[in-house]
Amino acid sequence: MQDQLNKILEQAKSQLETATDRAQAEELRVKLLGKKGELTQILKGMGKLSPEERKSTGQMVNGVKGQIESLLENKFEELKAKAKEAQFKVERIDVTEPGVRPKLGARHPLTVTMEEISKVFMNMGFSIVEGPEVETVFNNFDALNASPDHPARDMTDTFYITEDVLLRTQTSPVQVRTLLKQKPPIKVISPGRCFRCDTPDATHSPMFHQIEGLVVDEGITMADLKGTLDSFAKQLFGPETKTKFRPHHFPFTEPSAEVDVSCFKCGGKGCRVCKGSGWIEILGCGMVHPNVLKVGGLDTEKYTGFAFGLGVERVAMLKYGVDDIRLFYENDMRFIEQFK
Amino acid sequence: MLVPVEWINDYIDLSDVSTEEFCDRMIMSGSNLETCDWFCTDAENIVVGKIEKIEPHPDADKLVICRINIGDADAEGKDENGLLQIVTGAPNVFEGAYVPVALSGSHIPGPLHGQPKQEGGVKITKGKLRGVVSYGMLCSAGEMGFEDKVVPIAHREGIWILDPEVYDGIEDKVGMDFVEALELKQAVVDFEITPNRPDCLAQVGMAREAAATFGRSFQYPDTDIQNENGEGASSDYVSVEIKNPESCKRYVARIITDVVIKQSPWWLQKRLMYAGMRPINNIVDFTNFVMLEYGQPMHAFDIKEVHGGKIIVENAKPGEKFITLDENERTMEGDMLMIKDAERSIGIAGVMGGLNSEIEEDTKTVILESANFLGSSIRTTSKKLGLRTEASARFEKGIDPNLAEAAADRFCRLVEMTGSGKVCKGSIDCYPNPEKAKTLDIRVSRINYVLGIDLSREEMVRMLEGLEIKVEGEGDIMTVTPPTIRQDLLEEEDYIEEIARMYGYDKLPVTLPKSNTEAGKPRDRELRDLARDALCGMGLNEIQTYSFVSPSGVDKIRIAEDSWERAFVRIINPLGEDTSVMRTVLTPNMLEVLARNYSRNIETVKAFEIGNTFMDNPINPDKLPDEDYALCIGMYGKGCDFYALKGVIEELLENLGIKETVFVAESEYGVYHPGRCARILVEASDAMKAAGEEYEELGIMGEIHPDAAANFGLDGVRVYCCELMFGAVARKAKTEIVYQPLPKYPSTSRDIALLVDEEMEVGKIEDVIREKGKSILESVRLFDVYRGKQVEEGKKSVAFTLVYRDKNKTLTDEEVADVHESVLETLKERLNAVLRDM
Repeated sequence: MQDQLNKILEQAKSQLETATDRAQAEELRVKLLGKKGELTQILKGMGKLSPEERKSTGQMVNGVKGQIESLLENKFEELKAKAKEAQFKVERIDVTEPGVRPKLGARHPLTVTMEEISKVFMNMGFSIVEGPEVETVFNNFDALNASPDHPARDMTDTFYITEDVLLRTQTSPVQVRTLLKQKPPIKVISPGRCFRCDTPDATHSPMFHQIEGLVVDEGITMADLKGTLDSFAKQLFGPETKTKFRPHHFPFTEPSAEVDVSCFKCGGKGCRVCKGSGWIEILGCGMVHPNVLKVGGLDTEKYTGFAFGLGVERVAMLKYGVDDIRLFYENDMRFIEQFK
Repeated sequence: MLVPVEWINDYIDLSDVSTEEFCDRMIMSGSNLETCDWFCTDAENIVVGKIEKIEPHPDADKLVICRINIGDADAEGKDENGLLQIVTGAPNVFEGAYVPVALSGSHIPGPLHGQPKQEGGVKITKGKLRGVVSYGMLCSAGEMGFEDKVVPIAHREGIWILDPEVYDGIEDKVGMDFVEALELKQAVVDFEITPNRPDCLAQVGMAREAAATFGRSFQYPDTDIQNENGEGASSDYVSVEIKNPESCKRYVARIITDVVIKQSPWWLQKRLMYAGMRPINNIVDFTNFVMLEYGQPMHAFDIKEVHGGKIIVENAKPGEKFITLDENERTMEGDMLMIKDAERSIGIAGVMGGLNSEIEEDTKTVILESANFLGSSIRTTSKKLGLRTEASARFEKGIDPNLAEAAADRFCRLVEMTGSGKVCKGSIDCYPNPEKAKTLDIRVSRINYVLGIDLSREEMVRMLEGLEIKVEGEGDIMTVTPPTIRQDLLEEEDYIEEIARMYGYDKLPVTLPKSNTEAGKPRDRELRDLARDALCGMGLNEIQTYSFVSPSGVDKIRIAEDSWERAFVRIINPLGEDTSVMRTVLTPNMLEVLARNYSRNIETVKAFEIGNTFMDNPINPDKLPDEDYALCIGMYGKGCDFYALKGVIEELLENLGIKETVFVAESEYGVYHPGRCARILVEASDAMKAAGEEYEELGIMGEIHPDAAANFGLDGVRVYCCELMFGAVARKAKTEIVYQPLPKYPSTSRDIALLVDEEMEVGKIEDVIREKGKSILESVRLFDVYRGKQVEEGKKSVAFTLVYRDKNKTLTDEEVADVHESVLETLKERLNAVLRDM
């Protein structure tokens, strides 16, 4: 009996060894352990044996059965792993093929620049206010302390709709609108479009964007103006940026200044961008002229303020190295998509 | 304003200050730098020579062979007599002439005659001209680097001839380095003069600024006439009458007799040239020199052309013809100020003299005019005539009337110094209302308050006095009196600026405002930002186009006559027709941009613009038009069709909290394909409902009409556009988010396919489904539209998924069936929509 069982076990071992798929293994299982399987037949035939023989034979048979069962189990595991491996092999893909991209759109570079600048000022507690592109002569010139014969009022410089209505030449009229509407503390910026009679070329556009700033409160000083714009420049162009305030003249501020920042391309050593000077002019500013504050009915002894304005196209051109302002208004998709 | 460094040193000693430091410190005290140009830095081996002999060239009529004495100068090609042979084609050479000689191996700073300017100059070597060796070159002023417009008349065509009468002591300088002999190497600084500082449009004005900047004293020009030895007094020759004292504040006249018209001395010519003016003759040069020096324009008349011994300042006769010095005939208007004699006009006041009284070679007696005309009057005249001169530009900006006398004296002193004539005794000075300085009280405390500093009174007084401002008073009050030249110092702020720039902007402290404010932005802008982000997220690129457009844009998009889109706000003075009206819609610009990209072979474009539109509104109190934002979307190419665009709009509006939009077919609007256009509506506001309106329009969308597309060069391209009125969108937008709890009970879905007439709109079917399913219908979604096999001609099959759910319980089959059946029945009843087998 023992020999017979050993033979069955050996046979099972070698047959399992050569089985290459699940079906062969299953067939073997049925052959050995199934209802008509060899071991089952032996167990069935045990009724003829004496109780002692039955006991010892049963133990022997069950021992072999257990061994075969675990062999089968191992075989099934092995085959499963192989099958998975084979499937992975078939399903292998070329990871270097391009991805399927849901394309993001791009904001216009002028929007990108304006948002970047606005964000810096909003972080410093400035609110955004807006004004119309078509303005009154009063808001654009008179209320901003421009003399009646100021050359900017000429029809050669400014677009007019009627004698009293024009396309604003600067965002500064929003200062006037704000002063008429709001009481101090005032801390606002106003991005928007402006218009001047310039024939388009690489550096001129009859329409362009500015960002205006206005701060009015008790005790605002020129030192505050310097601090605010110096902080702005560092946030926009990097912490190493230096600023230089040069005296200048604007009708609606006094003292007035132009602000240069140390060249963000060369760090001040001198390069093509800064034309060798190490400095780039980026904005005009000054202490709000009392004549402007008076438009808002403010007590000019108590309240002081500062204002500034910067050209968005200029900053964008410098920041991105765009050498022709007309590109902003051509809207070639290959241009715009570079500003994602 | 060109400031030759040498000239400014006539009034203030800056010899120990480098040009770089001069520029830097002047910038920081308020004189902004345009450029700083160096002259003759590239010159090398150019010497003073004397032409000893001129012989004709054997083989060329237009060339001559010169033998030149260059003294001790070391040069290649000197012959046994120490002379240098140089061939030239210049017409103005003569034996005995002193000339600049560029030796072989030299370097000239300017370009060769007739050639464009070259960086770094040009190298000169010996060469043969028609077979004759030339050991170098004789130079013109242009070749020495001077612009043609400043080259003296005397040698404008040809070699720079150094006349000993003009170039004092040149005879002793033969062989000397030419640049050194004439002291040509120097810097000229171009300062940007702001409109509030017309006093700086003068060398003396800049010297005054430099003196204040460097804290040094400065010397006014010499106006001390030694001998008034002309025959008689000025008043014997001429009388002056001002008939329009408003426009002519002062008129000073002086007489010079025994005038000798000749070249000005070199030192004076040089100053003119470096300051950008051409030397002409002594008398004209002196008027220009004094104008550049003081900022006071002057004019010289030949007395023999001033009839009746009279100068009258009065307005022109309307329509009067007058020929100016530049030989142009001009038609005068009644508000233009003229200088007249007893019989006729002889000059346009402050703009240009007349051809009839010009200084000529034989002029013997001169009337010098040093007058003050009202800026606005000169400005108007100059603008109307289209004639802007150095004089008019200065008068326009405003000149101190007190300058007129000193300037006249300075002119006379120059005449005397150079032996150009005899100055007659006294002057005629019509000055009805002498200009006085404006005294003002300013406060030390206020200046410190505004600037955020703590300067003492003493420091401020020192700075103001450095600017020739007189300071009196005590304590906090400074009673200041500026020189009349400073017409800009009128208010306390003007003085705050003076202190700030003299103290130095760079020295002011750096602080931040203490004001407590919180950042915010208008809701309308917030919504625009949201819309932009949403559209970019959906793959559309943002564009920006001009606010002013061509009126033909609305023709191109086939807008009907008399439509509101044609109610343009017009610009009176546009750059051109193309930019002459403010846009009422964005679509024409969008199509232009799409067409431009299409023409550049860009296959697919999806773009949007958010921008202002303008509508005339005569009843606005401030006469301003209505401005509103519009949002325009445009697309063509791969993946673009009506539904792709509609989907973008639906998603966008939903993102802005507008969920219940209705798209209604529109076939009458010329911009769009009549079968592929929809108006975008939402439920009207309560107010509008009260007025009987069920819906409010947000915009319109569709496929652009092929004719409109063709008008932009988009022939045969299917283009999809949408224009939303952003104001209406903003009013409907709801950006606050309200959370809905997740469903607790399961849903049941039913797919149905309906056979309907081809014309039946999906929207109508959905309306019925929503109406009848209302109690338990969660959603209805179209998933297929089928035409073809098994569907008869003129019909289509539309398939929907209906999802039913009750918030409060699990639905039973019977409950669903009840509702679903009633939906199907109603569809059949109302729309003749028959259920198909799926």
